[in-house]
Order: sequence, then structure tokens, then C-alpha cells
Amino acid sequence: MDITVTAFGIAKDIIKNKEVIISLPSDRSVGALRSLLSNKYPEFEKLASLKFAVNADYVEDGHELKAGDEVVLIPPVSGG
Amino acid sequence: MREIFITEHKLDAKACTEAITYPGAGGIVVFVGTVRDQTKGKTVKHLEFEAYEPMALKEMKKIADYATKHWSLHQMVIHHRTGLVQIEEEAVVIACSSAHRKEAFEACQYAIDTLKETVPIWKKEVFEDGEVWVSAHP
Repeated sequence: MDITVTAFGIAKDIIKNKEVIISLPSDRSVGALRSLLSNKYPEFEKLASLKFAVNADYVEDGHELKAGDEVVLIPPVSGG
Repeated sequence: MREIFITEHKLDAKACTEAITYPGAGGIVVFVGTVRDQTKGKTVKHLEFEAYEPMALKEMKKIADYATKHWSLHQMVIHHRTGLVQIEEEAVVIACSSAHRKEAFEACQYAIDTLKETVPIWKKEVFEDGEVWVSAHP
């Protein structure tokens, strides 16, 4: 299953793009996506944190992704 | 009344204060986050804010819902700026009104502290010689 991942802030700089398409094998969890992204972009490991949002809500690594989900990378936020 | 928005235009703390004033208000607390010209001794030229807007609005609404209920606020406003923000300009305005000051103070503190932890908005400091995403690295 192909997942389109959208990036903001420093995550956008790391993937050098606004979006990246990642092919998930049988394991469709957010944790699996996290591992694939970290392998492809080792810079993610250096961040203070990296959260994921699915359909505009924070999710944990155990969350199962579905086709068509809006997946967004949330590096450390710094609003205010 | 709650009013939540994100805009590329200048914020107006005075208008926020006026928006939440009501006859029963005994206390109005307004927090205005402004852009500072220094970070760790380096001169900041300006800031750039980026938001994942649908989720940022959702998270801001959660903050306002919780604060309004928990502290029995009468009204609350949270406005956040995006794009390029100059030194001294307002980046965020949070305004709370309630019958008594204690609730308004506590709610306002909660709102800005939580916003900085949960709302997907990112701030880039732009210096003469480079730029950095705030809080990205430990």
C-alpha cells in the first residue's frame, strides 16, 4: 500500500519536498512507516521528537494506516 | 463565545480584548506573544510561521473548549499568525474573560502553554547568516 506523507517545518527540509510516497509492506502501522522514513532519511533520528497525525489527529505507533489516510509528519512544534 | 483563527495578516490584540468584553466580566486576561529581536545573543531579522492549518485549528479549538469549560470562562479568543512576522509584531493573541480574575489568568496560562506543546505550528528564526527551526533539535 502506498502512503502519501506530507511534511511541515524541518521535516519538509529533511525530505527536501512537501510530500513523499512511501510503500508499506504487510505491516501497515505508523511504527512501520516511522522505521521506513528513518532508514530513508537518517536526519529524522536527530530531531527532539517526531509525531504523526492521521486525518488531523495525533496517533501512536500502533495505529493501523488505511488507504486514503491523510498522513502528516509533525516535527517538534514551536508556535506561539 | 469562542473565536479561533489563523491568518497571514497582522493580529490586533486590542480588537481581541474588545471582542471578549461583556457586562459580567470582572477580569480580562490577554496574552500577546510578540517577536523578539534576539535569541541567545544572535540578532533575529524576522520569524516565519508555518501551520498545518486544519489540524492546528482543531487543536486550538480543543484548548478553547477545555479552558472555557474548566475555568467557566465567558469568552475566549485565540488568534495565531502565519507567514513572515516582523520584530515587535504579534505572533499570537489569547484573550480570556470571566467573572473573576483568577479563572482568566489560569485559563490564559493553560492555553498558551498547551498551544506551544500541541498545536502544529512551526517557527523559523531567520538571522543575518542563516535560519533555524525553533525547538527542532534537543
